[in-house]
Amino acid sequence: MCASVGCVPREPPAAPTLRWYVFDEPSGAFAEVAQRCAQASGGAYRLEIAPLPTDADQQREQLVRRLAARDRDIDIIGMDVIWTAEFAEAGWVLPWEGAVAEQATEGRISATVQSAVYEGRLWAAPFTTNTQLLWYRTDRVETPPKTWTEMISMAEALGERGMIQAQGERYEGLTVFFTSLLASAGGAVLAPTGGLSLQEAPTREALEIMKRLAASPAAGPALSTAREDQARLGFETGKPSFMINYTFVWPSARKNAPEVAANMGWTRWPAVAEDRPRRVTIGGINLGIGAYTRYPAFAFQAAACVASADSQRLAARRGGLPPTTEALYDDPEVRRTFPFADLLRATLKDAVQRAQTPVYNDISLAISRTLHPMKDIEPGSDVDTLREAVGRALRSEGLL
Amino acid sequence: MKSWMRSESRLGWLLCAPAILTMAVVTAYPIAYAFWLSLFRYDLRFPRERTFVGLANYASVLTSEVWWRSMVNTLIITIGSVTVELVLGFALALVMHRAVFGRRTVRAAVLVPYGIITVVAALAWKFAFDPTTGFVNALLGLDQAWLTERWSAFLVIIFTEIWKTTPFMALLLLAGLTLVPDDLLRAARVDGASATQRFFKITLPLMKPAILVALLFRTLDAFRIFDTVFVQTRGAQDTETVSVVGYNTLVVRLNLGLGSAVSVLIFVSVVIIAVLFVKAFGTSVDREQGESP
Repeated sequence: MCASVGCVPREPPAAPTLRWYVFDEPSGAFAEVAQRCAQASGGAYRLEIAPLPTDADQQREQLVRRLAARDRDIDIIGMDVIWTAEFAEAGWVLPWEGAVAEQATEGRISATVQSAVYEGRLWAAPFTTNTQLLWYRTDRVETPPKTWTEMISMAEALGERGMIQAQGERYEGLTVFFTSLLASAGGAVLAPTGGLSLQEAPTREALEIMKRLAASPAAGPALSTAREDQARLGFETGKPSFMINYTFVWPSARKNAPEVAANMGWTRWPAVAEDRPRRVTIGGINLGIGAYTRYPAFAFQAAACVASADSQRLAARRGGLPPTTEALYDDPEVRRTFPFADLLRATLKDAVQRAQTPVYNDISLAISRTLHPMKDIEPGSDVDTLREAVGRALRSEGLL
Repeated sequence: MKSWMRSESRLGWLLCAPAILTMAVVTAYPIAYAFWLSLFRYDLRFPRERTFVGLANYASVLTSEVWWRSMVNTLIITIGSVTVELVLGFALALVMHRAVFGRRTVRAAVLVPYGIITVVAALAWKFAFDPTTGFVNALLGLDQAWLTERWSAFLVIIFTEIWKTTPFMALLLLAGLTLVPDDLLRAARVDGASATQRFFKITLPLMKPAILVALLFRTLDAFRIFDTVFVQTRGAQDTETVSVVGYNTLVVRLNLGLGSAVSVLIFVSVVIIAVLFVKAFGTSVDREQGESP
């Protein structure tokens, strides 16, 4: 037909442009990764970043609004680990199966893979991870504390310089704090079946520690409004001696407060009791494929490239984001970025997941509202209050 | 009925039809749909579990502490801002009414805050009250983190509202002032009425309809306050208003059933406020007019 009309041969269809929705990473590491992957595809696709806000709640809000409206523009999603269940249950992301799934999970620390699994299927490729360590002043503390009680006593003994920086604002970080304490006490928010757990004894133990910390002079007056960044800024003033925080505080202290960084030590998160394992909440970004994408095959291919070990190394070096591939923790370049690489890997291997349920957001609200401010916690009665609030959230009942 | 009358009436309906149709599509349908949704347990995160639950969502909202607390917060903001706006607005209206020179300039200048987008105004004041970037602390010689405590956060929110919407109030009241005939005031003056007497006995009663409209508009507006709170505190420090609760339920939690119930309840509250206003003021206006010969 075309020949008979004598028309010019059509140009080959232009390579599709994939869009990767992810938080606006300040170092430009993600942009470089995207560019490299597009080049590696040999022109099969272009990969563009659609930057989202830095605040995780606002990222989710924007994505969820688009996904609920079946936006076809979303190809790859930089998913916070807490969204896996919600996005999977709602059908907003495609499951990873077969060869791509194997490629996405090969050699990864198992907790990072677990963070992308819901109901036995893989919904995202582990990309970067994160977890909290205990940071302390080596010039004031000889042997770092092993338990919370020990740390609080040590801090109190140090007097004015004994402050402990932690996260006590009414937000998701408070839920993270509670989850780590609860898991280290041997409990869990949800039973493996998905129902309410929050057993009496460990929950009470976790609440007692929170109360003890908040009531102690070591907590400082700003605990009830402190997030990760306030804790970092506080520690960088040089006054506090302890801090519970993510790894981003290390490059920050070296840049902003070298004299603090020179005396900065790191160790594992304190235990609830010495005979029980310390289990810290895992964070990070996984890569999901938007369910309404026009180019699912390319999207999986591109996401696998973005999640590859090479990209992770780049994200670690430029962006300071810890990798999910275990072997990378022996990589000299990665070890230069994270002098505490072994500690980080060990913590990640024992890491605990936040409640893996589609209503995590509601559960987190219920927990942070019940436990804020920490100094008003009544360990005796608040176990029941908490069970009641989380139970209602699980049944998606009532306002939050 | 004569045939020309029937055709006339048909023509009338035909001419009205586009307006009625538009109203039906853009207001009646969304309201009806929101009501319909509010009767379901419908959460976008569990699209398969949609079930009819009758009025259970309403029971859930109305027995919730969150709803009543946000209602109290909303009323604090509404009453706090509207009262001050009325007083300030009146003062501004009188100034604009009496302005001898530069009338136009004064009126235009007063209107500037109202012309600024609410989100922009809210952000600007948020920065102004910020302890590190703002000028308010320096100006007052204070060291106050305004948005970290409940009472001061309310103060900032109410202040922003007042700053922004007083001009609107003033404009409506100015329209009312022009309704007061000058002869009447002059006559009262001749009879020996003082300025205060003239204001309370003549100006105010004659302006009642204008005050009603101004108060009604502003109260309804203030009751639905969302942007200022969202920008300045996001509902933290227990400053959540009913609209913020609606947003959180509907948009953040994607709980369409519960969220629609909240929206419908806000709508009902607005209707109640409107009815109360018209009842309270309306009868007195009627009586006033009935007494006058």
